[in-house]
Amino acid sequence: MKENKKTFDFVKNFKFTGLISIVLALTGLVGLLLAPFGVFLFNFDIDFVGGTTMQFEMHQDVTAELTAKVSGIVAGATGVRPSSVIKAGDAGTQVVIKCAELSSEMRDAAFEAVRAAYNLPETDSPIKSEFVSASVGSDLKRSAVLASAIAVALILVYITIRFQFFSGLAAVIALVHDLLIMLSVYIIFRIPFNMNFIAAALTILGYSINATIVVFDRVRENIRLEPEKKFGQIVDTSIHQTLSRSVNTTLTTLFAIVLLVVFGVDSIRNFALPVCVGVICGCYSSVCISGPMWNLFESKKKAA
Amino acid sequence: MKKSVTTAVIVLALLALLLTTALCGLNLGFIQIQPIQEGIVLGLDLVGGSEITYEAQIPAGMSREEIDSGLEVAQSMLRQRLNGLGYTEASVYMASGDRIVVEIPAVDDPEQAVQQLGKTAVVTFQDADGNVVLGGGDIKSATYSHGQVSGYPVPVYHVVLNLTSEGSEKFADATEVAAERMLEGKNYISIVMDGEIISAPQVSERIYSDSAVITMGTNATVEQVRYLSELISAGQLPFSLEHVKLQSVGASLGERSLETSLMAGLIGLALVCLFMLAVYRIMGFISCIALLIYGSAFAVVASVAHINLSLPGIAGVILTVGMAVDANVVIYERIKEELRLGKTLRYAIDAGYRHAVSAIVDSNITTIIAAAVLWIFGTGTILSFAQTLLIGVVLSMIIMLVFTKLLLKTAVGLKITNLKAYCA
Repeated sequence: MKENKKTFDFVKNFKFTGLISIVLALTGLVGLLLAPFGVFLFNFDIDFVGGTTMQFEMHQDVTAELTAKVSGIVAGATGVRPSSVIKAGDAGTQVVIKCAELSSEMRDAAFEAVRAAYNLPETDSPIKSEFVSASVGSDLKRSAVLASAIAVALILVYITIRFQFFSGLAAVIALVHDLLIMLSVYIIFRIPFNMNFIAAALTILGYSINATIVVFDRVRENIRLEPEKKFGQIVDTSIHQTLSRSVNTTLTTLFAIVLLVVFGVDSIRNFALPVCVGVICGCYSSVCISGPMWNLFESKKKAA
Repeated sequence: MKKSVTTAVIVLALLALLLTTALCGLNLGFIQIQPIQEGIVLGLDLVGGSEITYEAQIPAGMSREEIDSGLEVAQSMLRQRLNGLGYTEASVYMASGDRIVVEIPAVDDPEQAVQQLGKTAVVTFQDADGNVVLGGGDIKSATYSHGQVSGYPVPVYHVVLNLTSEGSEKFADATEVAAERMLEGKNYISIVMDGEIISAPQVSERIYSDSAVITMGTNATVEQVRYLSELISAGQLPFSLEHVKLQSVGASLGERSLETSLMAGLIGLALVCLFMLAVYRIMGFISCIALLIYGSAFAVVASVAHINLSLPGIAGVILTVGMAVDANVVIYERIKEELRLGKTLRYAIDAGYRHAVSAIVDSNITTIIAAAVLWIFGTGTILSFAQTLLIGVVLSMIIMLVFTKLLLKTAVGLKITNLKAYCA
């Protein structure tokens, strides 16, 4: 086996790389732990909790003053105060109004009131309008949780079959790491937490395990080639051997996804941004976390 | 050499065939493939339109058969109403949980559609004091007809209410009571729909009949009476339909979504190709051809399967391109490594594939698991994502493993053996 020119020992520097991960994942972890206590840091979308969102073209720059006024107009027309009114659209001339469940008549009334107040053209209608009743929301939530649970369980079964216990465990920890960082991104950037999260999360799950498998595959191969070598060294060598693959793959995937973030409309951006972050995390965890973690377990096992 | 030329020609011909099939369709008589624009169904978030979901509010103790037949009636009622309102391209289908989904492409005023479609008309017969003498349950069905009706000099279009036997009894009793109040001037029965009196015929004697007539004036058109009869029939559904979900996207936003995602996808693809060419040279070139084959094959499969492509679906396609390239990167890095160790080109290519296959298959299977679960349990837009992801991963894995190897060997066969071309 040819030794690579090493500039960074991933196994020895696990303390630092691990620390970075813990810091990044902390927000997501706190958000997750608080959820059962009724404290929601996530910006739950109406998919899961029911409610109404409407997007109007205002034909003018949306300011804080305008959003406050629109909120008041909607409250006046429907009797329901919007939970948020935010600026949207490429030119920043649109508003997204989010509020509790509104009937079709009330949604009409809200738009008509805004139209009258701002002299919007007669031909205008809401750019986008979504309504989910609480019962449908809880159904969607249930099916989303069910789908994710089944998918994760099946992936775990597959990893356990393909790898020994400790490497499987290390791979799973890397996955949890990626998901927690994605959750952090959802919390920090206030990305609507909806069905798209499930899709993004499962995509990253597949992607990240993919990257980890490539590294572990190499570790298995190197163990066969040089059984006498120290495990930590083998892991580090394997990471270096697969490094250019890890980086190049991440780059090619990012080319496509970053463009969706740049050019995409709001709804696609809300999907592409977490995937983008997830792809980077997946690369980071497969290079810096999963291998050294496996080494940590192996050394603990020997010590025991 | 000769064999390699043949292989190269065959692969290029295959690419040309796939590409023209994807773009222009294929008609071999026994097999017909539509071009991509006609084969795939664009989601409402890409063309604009509304998806309206109604949920049947089932009263307790109703049997499954009653519910199912009621849902059938409700669906055909919605279809009729959609046609009546001019939404001829709309579709109606059942979803889980006794829900009915209505999809209307390119609708200007979705709220109006929601309100008109969801309307039911509950008809009651009331006496002069406003007491209900006959309720919705006493009406068996409502139809419409044209003919002579008492009180009109000429034949008119009118709605015919067919009463149940119990309804007929109640009607007879009510007319008898009303007739006795002639002196008070209260000898009439009002037919009330949704709180509005639509007619109040006078009665002078007990009437025993299994049907009653609602007139709408001499100028009533066939459309008007049909609409009214349908409203009343809908009111006879054993349950009401509650509007529980709406997703509506304006046509301009949909168009922009489609444009921007396509642009992002194409630029992304171009960047990926440039990157592969720059980093892997001749091997990168082969990846580009394989990507083209993959893209065309995906379009053909998507067209044949008539997949519903929505925004997350496009994201899924773009993602599979990234993963398809990943398979190449894993293999090529390995080939480069073998070449650096001084192995021959042929050996390096074989070794590269041999070593990389397990990692590629393993990693793709995990994605396939995730996509399959989403396909089975997902709803709405997620379904589109799962479909494109699953089709894409399976197709790309086959094409990347089979075609790139074939093409690489062909390149070697064509005497492209300068190791610099392989970046070693």
